[in-house]
Amino acid sequence: MFKPLSLAGFALAFSATASMAATNITWWHGMAGRNGEVINEVAKKFNDAQSACAITPVSKGTYEEALASGIAAFRAGEQPNILQVFDAGAATIINAPGAVIAAEDLITQAGYTFDREAFIEGVRYFYAAPDGKFVGMPFNSSAPIMYVNTEALEKAGVEAPKTWEDFETIAPKLKEAGYLPLVQSQLTWQFTENFFSRHNIQFATNNNGYDSVVDTKINMTDPNLVMMFTKLKAWADEGYFGYYGAGWNDNQKLFEDGKAAFWIGSSGSFGGLQKTAQKPFSATFLPYWGSIQGAGTNTFIGGAALFAMSGKPEAENKCTADFFQFLTSPEVQKFYHEATGYVAITKAAYELAKSEGYYKEKPAAEVGIQQLMLKSGDWSKGYRLGFYPQIREIMEREYGRIFAGETTVEEALKTIETEANELLARFAKTAG
Amino acid sequence: MKRVQFSSPFLPYLFIAPQMAIIFVFFYWPSVQAIQSSFFLEDPFGFGSTFVGLSNYADALGSAQYQAIARFTVVFTALVTFLSLGIGMLLAVKADAVLKGSSTYKTLLIWVYAIAPPVAGLMGMMFFDQHIGPLVKFAALFGWDMKVGLNYYDTAFAMIAVSVWKQIPYNFIFILSGLQSIPVSVREAAAIDCRSGVRRFWTMTLPLLAPTAFFLLIINMTYALFDTFGVIDVMVKDKAANNPITLVYKVYMDGFRGNDLGGSSAQSVILMIVVFVLTIFQFRFIERRVHYN
Repeated sequence: MFKPLSLAGFALAFSATASMAATNITWWHGMAGRNGEVINEVAKKFNDAQSACAITPVSKGTYEEALASGIAAFRAGEQPNILQVFDAGAATIINAPGAVIAAEDLITQAGYTFDREAFIEGVRYFYAAPDGKFVGMPFNSSAPIMYVNTEALEKAGVEAPKTWEDFETIAPKLKEAGYLPLVQSQLTWQFTENFFSRHNIQFATNNNGYDSVVDTKINMTDPNLVMMFTKLKAWADEGYFGYYGAGWNDNQKLFEDGKAAFWIGSSGSFGGLQKTAQKPFSATFLPYWGSIQGAGTNTFIGGAALFAMSGKPEAENKCTADFFQFLTSPEVQKFYHEATGYVAITKAAYELAKSEGYYKEKPAAEVGIQQLMLKSGDWSKGYRLGFYPQIREIMEREYGRIFAGETTVEEALKTIETEANELLARFAKTAG
Repeated sequence: MKRVQFSSPFLPYLFIAPQMAIIFVFFYWPSVQAIQSSFFLEDPFGFGSTFVGLSNYADALGSAQYQAIARFTVVFTALVTFLSLGIGMLLAVKADAVLKGSSTYKTLLIWVYAIAPPVAGLMGMMFFDQHIGPLVKFAALFGWDMKVGLNYYDTAFAMIAVSVWKQIPYNFIFILSGLQSIPVSVREAAAIDCRSGVRRFWTMTLPLLAPTAFFLLIINMTYALFDTFGVIDVMVKDKAANNPITLVYKVYMDGFRGNDLGGSSAQSVILMIVVFVLTIFQFRFIERRVHYN
């Protein structure tokens, strides 16, 4: 009993002296479970690879909690060096001038060269300034893709759909074969934000909110979006689509149990799904409407990015830059991609995984990245809207009411537009 | 009676200081901060704030959504308070009357109180789960297609059921000890005068229980207003969507998830005022009818 203890004590003392010489930086994140463990592994790899810097990752709960703690800490002057902020919170942090140092500036100031072109198309804009400068460093990036129950397809004798029109023709056959044809997990991300992206339709004025916060208006009453939700509701009534509330897992469960034929999930679900799915599955792109002109463009990234908080000493900023540099190296990206299912964000990492035959073994792992690399359009780069977490809550509420039969699609989308525009105007006042 | 005198006039203040310090740090200071920021529109990171007067209050009170949540909160609080007090009292009176194996009954009823609130909430959630919940399957036997998380009223039902269930043992313990403090002689005299147990309860037991019941009324109302936060959070799984929520959950959503500090502060001040008014009302009008001796 004494030996391991004293050994541990020795190791502790040793690592303490080692990190005393090094510059310490902290990294607050909102990941839990397996994804949280992988973050610790990434940090350990960084600490082992060099001795000048030591990074300590700290889990702050969920994405929302991580952002709230980061904000509270910043106000108290106790901010971490690196804060992970999720997609919907991006506008909050990017619109706060002086809260963060742009990742690109940080990296170039540390003496590295920064090549935007090294990143794959779909991740380049979402966390960037209007001129393309990277403000946040994309980290865990995912795309909404369609998972396919291969057994269901065989039984019904159909192929996975490319478009929603295809889906409409095969849905009755799947239903006849005893399956629920379609489930999804997040109507806001998958059927709203990425609907605009996949069909190359403008989501909000002011260049989807990127150019300015002043007088930004959301385009929720777009006739195409009305059509999408009218169809979803009709499919739900006919038994082609199942809606089980706004919770992610309540909807995913039907696919895991093999009861649903298609599930719109996240490319980041891949790792978990391999363990929980009871039937063999594959994956394909998020379908689009062939009838909409110019549809079929790429989706933008979901997930989160890392932001370098301002107000830190030069030496620590250098370490943060080192860490960002380390994080985007092909080997680390490939490790993270394979361990979690989040997409590789650089072309080099993607090529590396490909050359090693990873996608031959697991073709479903490649779908997300391929979807992000599809041709992009003017409106497929994402959005930047303030108070967006609250706007999502309004959407969730109204979408729930549509499927509970408490309101009509037109009513619901109109309500969302009105309330969202009020919030956007309010945000413009706080940021202005 | 012996009067206690302090040798120095400052000594009593010294003794009360630790308690006051805690109240100051955890109640007065945050309250003042909340009142202050409720008049401002503020950028979350604290770079700038604009004085907006009462517009945060007007925005909250004028929103149809806020009014709907307030209405639900009233109904929810009334139902949870009434049901948890009523059922707790019924069980206590019945357990008090049991002669054989009474300690077993009492222990079994109190037991639930030992379960940590989040665990209780989680258990309740499992019972009402859309896919595996036994209570959902049971309801289906009667043709009730219960969809907790999807249907507003079904979720409300489940929230109330879990909140009440969690609070019953608390009321049970207090009412039971209240019952046991009623002297045996009084009970026996009542039993001789009146054969009807129900009438004895209304005319003798309940008035003697009034101090306990009044205390529990206040506790249960604050429980329903504030402490059910955990149950609601577990129940809606972090996504309120079209499910019912209470005012305190709305404060959390806007403040901590939405980072709208001004709006959320205004809402919490409104809640503070509600509790303040409610407490004054209870002490002035209900407590008058309560006899302590």
